[in-house]
Amino acid sequence: MGISISNISKSYKNVKTLHDISFDVKPNELFGLIGPDGAGKTTLFRILTTLLFPDEGTATVAGFDVVGDYKEIRKNVGYMPGRFSLYQDLTVEENLNFFATIFGTTIDENYDLIKDIYVQIEPFKDRRAGKLSGGMKQKLALSCALIHKPKVLFLDEPTTGVDPVSRKEFWEMLKRLQQKGITILVSTPYMDEAALCDRVALIQDGNIMEIDTPEAIVKHYPKPIYNVRAHNMYQLITSLKDYEFNHSVYPFGEFVHYTDSRTDFKPMELQHYLESKNLKNIEIHETDATIEDTFMELAK
Amino acid sequence: MKIKEIPAFAGSEMKRFIGFIKKEFYHIFRDRRSLFILFGMPIAQILLFGFAITNEINNVDIAILDHSKDNTTEEIINKIAASKYFSIKQLITREADIASVFQKGQVKAVLNFEKDFSKNLIKDHKATIQVITDATDPNTANTITNYINAILQQYQKELNKDITIAYQIIPQTRMVYNPELKSVYMFVPGVMTIILMLVSAMMTSISITREKELGTMEILLVSPLRPFQVIIGKVVPYIFLSIINAIVIVMLSIFIFNMPVQGSLILLGLESVLFIITSLALGILISTISATQQTAMMISLMGLMLPVILLSGFIFPISSMPMPLQIISNIIPAKWFIIILKAIMLKGVGMQFIWKETLILLGMTVFFIALSVKKYKIRLE
Repeated sequence: MGISISNISKSYKNVKTLHDISFDVKPNELFGLIGPDGAGKTTLFRILTTLLFPDEGTATVAGFDVVGDYKEIRKNVGYMPGRFSLYQDLTVEENLNFFATIFGTTIDENYDLIKDIYVQIEPFKDRRAGKLSGGMKQKLALSCALIHKPKVLFLDEPTTGVDPVSRKEFWEMLKRLQQKGITILVSTPYMDEAALCDRVALIQDGNIMEIDTPEAIVKHYPKPIYNVRAHNMYQLITSLKDYEFNHSVYPFGEFVHYTDSRTDFKPMELQHYLESKNLKNIEIHETDATIEDTFMELAK
Repeated sequence: MKIKEIPAFAGSEMKRFIGFIKKEFYHIFRDRRSLFILFGMPIAQILLFGFAITNEINNVDIAILDHSKDNTTEEIINKIAASKYFSIKQLITREADIASVFQKGQVKAVLNFEKDFSKNLIKDHKATIQVITDATDPNTANTITNYINAILQQYQKELNKDITIAYQIIPQTRMVYNPELKSVYMFVPGVMTIILMLVSAMMTSISITREKELGTMEILLVSPLRPFQVIIGKVVPYIFLSIINAIVIVMLSIFIFNMPVQGSLILLGLESVLFIITSLALGILISTISATQQTAMMISLMGLMLPVILLSGFIFPISSMPMPLQIISNIIPAKWFIIILKAIMLKGVGMQFIWKETLILLGMTVFFIALSVKKYKIRLE
């Protein structure tokens, strides 16, 4: 009852947005589709939600074919598009009521499912959706997508434009929904959110680069990775990029993630090099790879 | 078992549909601007066309330059002053003043009686009046000249009543259906057509494209709602509102402009509903080809408003258009509706005289609906 995608390709205006994509989402799995803007995430979502035809390949959602059984899929999935598609001039309650009605149900009937989420916005139920904050809009959109108790939930970049606290809460809610037996496919450009999924697919330019659990993906990282810090970030990055043995240099918060092309790399050598470039307060120590590092490595 | 299921299924479909219509009414009543357009525009337009825009003349200011000041000229001046069309604003004494009164814009026309008017009339059997009009507004100038001519001819007839002329052609004109030539009779059907067309077509096309723009269409598509339910759901509220509009327009024209409705009100109502549906179908068609509200609005305004004003026979008579335009005017639904409206309101005819026009409108409606259902996408591409 999960999702099964085999050899899906899709072109849009002569640009190939999806290249021969295949993967499965197991029933009751929280699956993440991780990739930058323009990677093809939304196109894939639209194919799975029956809004677009694939050029090649087949896919099933909850056992139904996305082309032949599109009517069945439309009854059984919840979809939250990239922008929170709510009626701005309807109140919170009216929005929820409307979506319940068109799916042939009522708020009371499935209140259990949305209770945890809706309870937080219920105090504002008479407020127009257009006047809600980003985090509240997101909760309302999720409630609307859930109100008919879908078997599969599609969330296209649900946390884009939402504050960090609401983002964290949102992922906790997804975990709870998963426990209620809903299969969830979620896309995000934020690498830190990938770690919260059961499995993730890294996608770029319409290609799936890797599919695995977040832990395994991080473990696959081929090289030791170093946090480097100095008094001048900008100068540090340019110096590292000029260093003849550098393999990768990416700013990462207050550090720069650095990997070396040699197998017998000694941090002291790098320290000396950086000192020769007049950098002060240099710190170098080994750290664990993150999904972002893996992504950058794969995207190279 | 099966039989019992059907009503339950139909019930839930109905609930879904009613829920959708309820939502549409929320949209309409919460958007002050479109509400204003919906109900303000008809009233404003009818009043504007009825009062301000008119090609009749009333109380036109004129000046008199009377060189002879005898009985005959006095009688003529009195006749002109007595008509409701003219009021004598100034009596001037010198030729030189003519230019200056025109320049100051005080009068629209000057009547210049020649010297010894009465004497010339008796002696030579002819006398001349110069009628000078301000032709910066050519239509008004024309009308003024015609009206003055008519008054002069009337006077001439009175003078000659004892004399019989051997051969005489007397045109007996009679203006039927609008004997007073009130322009409001012409404008009401036109304005009603424009308003019903605009409100129905523009508002529906905007309300459908708004869903596309906001991305809510994506959710509606990924729901058990069927395409025809979405379309009908969009259309039903505007049918109601347009009917209210039509009633308001007819009431205004009856009670404020004393416009007669000679024919059956029920027939008028039914024909209006038909035209409303034609316009709504056009609106749906527009929404299927435009991606944004702005495009929909531009297409509705340029694509509907202009042809309706220019080619429907509302302002410019179709029979005096060049042949190609006359042919094009046939595909404009408004043309047929205006013919129907005039026939019912002014001529008081029944269905037997307008069935052809009705059938054409009906055919157009079916065509537009079929086309838009065919073009309506159940997917995004």
